[in-house]
Amino acid sequence: MVMYPLVYNRIEMSDQSTGFREHEHTADWELEIWAPNYPLLLEQAALAMNALAGIRLGSGPRTARKFSITFNDLEQALVSFLEELLFIADMENLAFDEFDIKVSSDKIAVEAFGTEILAISKEIKAVTYHNLAVLSTRDGLSVRIVFDI
Amino acid sequence: MVDIKDLKKISEYEWEIPQTFRADMRVPVRIFASRQIIEAVMQDRSLEQAVNSATLPGLVGHVVVMPDMHQGYGFPIGGVAATQYPSGVISPGGIGYDINCGVRLLSSQMPLTQIESHLDELATALNYHCPSGVGTKGHIRVKIPELDQVCRQGSGWALRKGLATQTDINRTEEQGCLSGADPSKVSKRAKERGKAQIGSLGAGNHFIEVDLIEKVYDERAANVMGLRTGNVAVQIHCGSRGFGHQICSDYVRELQGAVRRYGIELPDRELVCAPLDSPEGESYLAAMRCAANYAFVNRQVLAHYARKAFEQTLAGKVSNWHLQQVYDIAHNMGKIETHEIQGKPVKLCVHRKGATRAFGPGFMGLPAEYRPIGQPVLVPGSMGTASWVLVGTELSMQKSFGSSCHGAGRLMSRSKAKKQIWGEDLHKQLTESGIHIRAGSMPGFAEEAPQAYKDVDEVVNAVTGAGIAKKVARLKPVVVIKG
Repeated sequence: MVMYPLVYNRIEMSDQSTGFREHEHTADWELEIWAPNYPLLLEQAALAMNALAGIRLGSGPRTARKFSITFNDLEQALVSFLEELLFIADMENLAFDEFDIKVSSDKIAVEAFGTEILAISKEIKAVTYHNLAVLSTRDGLSVRIVFDI
Repeated sequence: MVDIKDLKKISEYEWEIPQTFRADMRVPVRIFASRQIIEAVMQDRSLEQAVNSATLPGLVGHVVVMPDMHQGYGFPIGGVAATQYPSGVISPGGIGYDINCGVRLLSSQMPLTQIESHLDELATALNYHCPSGVGTKGHIRVKIPELDQVCRQGSGWALRKGLATQTDINRTEEQGCLSGADPSKVSKRAKERGKAQIGSLGAGNHFIEVDLIEKVYDERAANVMGLRTGNVAVQIHCGSRGFGHQICSDYVRELQGAVRRYGIELPDRELVCAPLDSPEGESYLAAMRCAANYAFVNRQVLAHYARKAFEQTLAGKVSNWHLQQVYDIAHNMGKIETHEIQGKPVKLCVHRKGATRAFGPGFMGLPAEYRPIGQPVLVPGSMGTASWVLVGTELSMQKSFGSSCHGAGRLMSRSKAKKQIWGEDLHKQLTESGIHIRAGSMPGFAEEAPQAYKDVDEVVNAVTGAGIAKKVARLKPVVVIKG
């Protein structure tokens, strides 16, 4: 069973190069995510969303799911990727904690690995575009995402 | 950032951010709030978001912000923006992901004293009959052709299924059905999500409450609504569930391209929009109406099951356990309405995001009994504090596009609330104060603590002080069901 860490009741997980943490937002949740490259940024965003939703994965058989996303820009791809995971969670009660992500010029191919959701504590209605910008940093990329709760 | 010095005081409860504040504003921002509330909201970015909203093409008059305002995404929560129809734009973010999130109020003839000893049993029955929590499915499952009927017929579908009375329908905003809903404009994904969620509460700030009518302020209006001091009433707060969330997500994505096609420049991508008379704008409006009708049905079905819970608990123990609909209103909605602008009737698309329609006396769309008093406005508080029943006024038609506040409005972030308040402690504290609680998740419960919200009485004093609503009754919770 995987349970995402709540550090002092905060949603946070990081090493130096990849991670996520929350920022204050009155009504919803804002998470900052960082990673050395875009596929890892997507993966961190998925893990952050799992943590935000309070997802606990079951210990049953692992399952794999393939999907692809066509996109115009990195922000749209990020939102579409997370929306896909929300849809699968809602419809099939599945969540993922490992990803194989390949990015080409206008398409992202994803293979996600996970299990059924054992418990979930928060309903994420949507991933928003509010002030969304994937930024280059000295160590890679970072983005802040506001989730509608 | 907006500073309090940038605001022009018009009266004790009215302020303005002039159009000159930022070069890209098309209209000013009008704020209904006391100085104390304004100072409190300076801690977040709600006013900056209101300024951003004031850049949308085709806006008329001013962007309105209610005293329960707080930071959202794109639009502020508590915002009202009206655009010229059909040349102005419609913005899904100005309506929100939970399309037609709203509140239904049911009255009873039961004094609290008569059912006090049954409240715990009643809480259990409501919790059983009205499914709540993350990803919860409803009692009613439909196939896609039937879901399409729900989209087109709204509450009329529930009436035909024996899940509503004619009075329920009459006493619902737009009689529970927005015309022009077109299910062909709704994605297969949205329909897949919507098939199994009719009659479910969801999570977050959604709730069912049994309330005591603590005080009546307007006897005449309260009598018409069937509200009497000392009796109990029921509030249901929820929306269009995953069906509405998916429709909004689909169109926010779709309209990212539309703004480029129509050459619309925006300060925030979440404000994406399309002209109302464009194919994209028309499609979103038709799909949004499907979600609105779905939400009316959702609250109707929950009301049906709430009635079942009352029957199961109280039949044979009290003489009249029936619940009568007072009203059902949306607070996340886009509607085509006619308003008087500079003395002339003008058709507008009124976006209300965390704001309630509050039409004054005489509006023909109200049930006959409510026309002399104005439209009921339902203002739920946080679970440990009061809720209010108000009515719309003639001034609301002049000042706020016939709109008022929708709740207490958050003050504290969810993360701060969770850090400062333990769900178990809060549960104990509210239970000791006489509130019977059923809650799915304790961390989620803590996020919704009364301390995380503004003082609802202050919010109501601001809208009534500004004259855009009038007090009818104050309610106090005795049973709270949270997802």
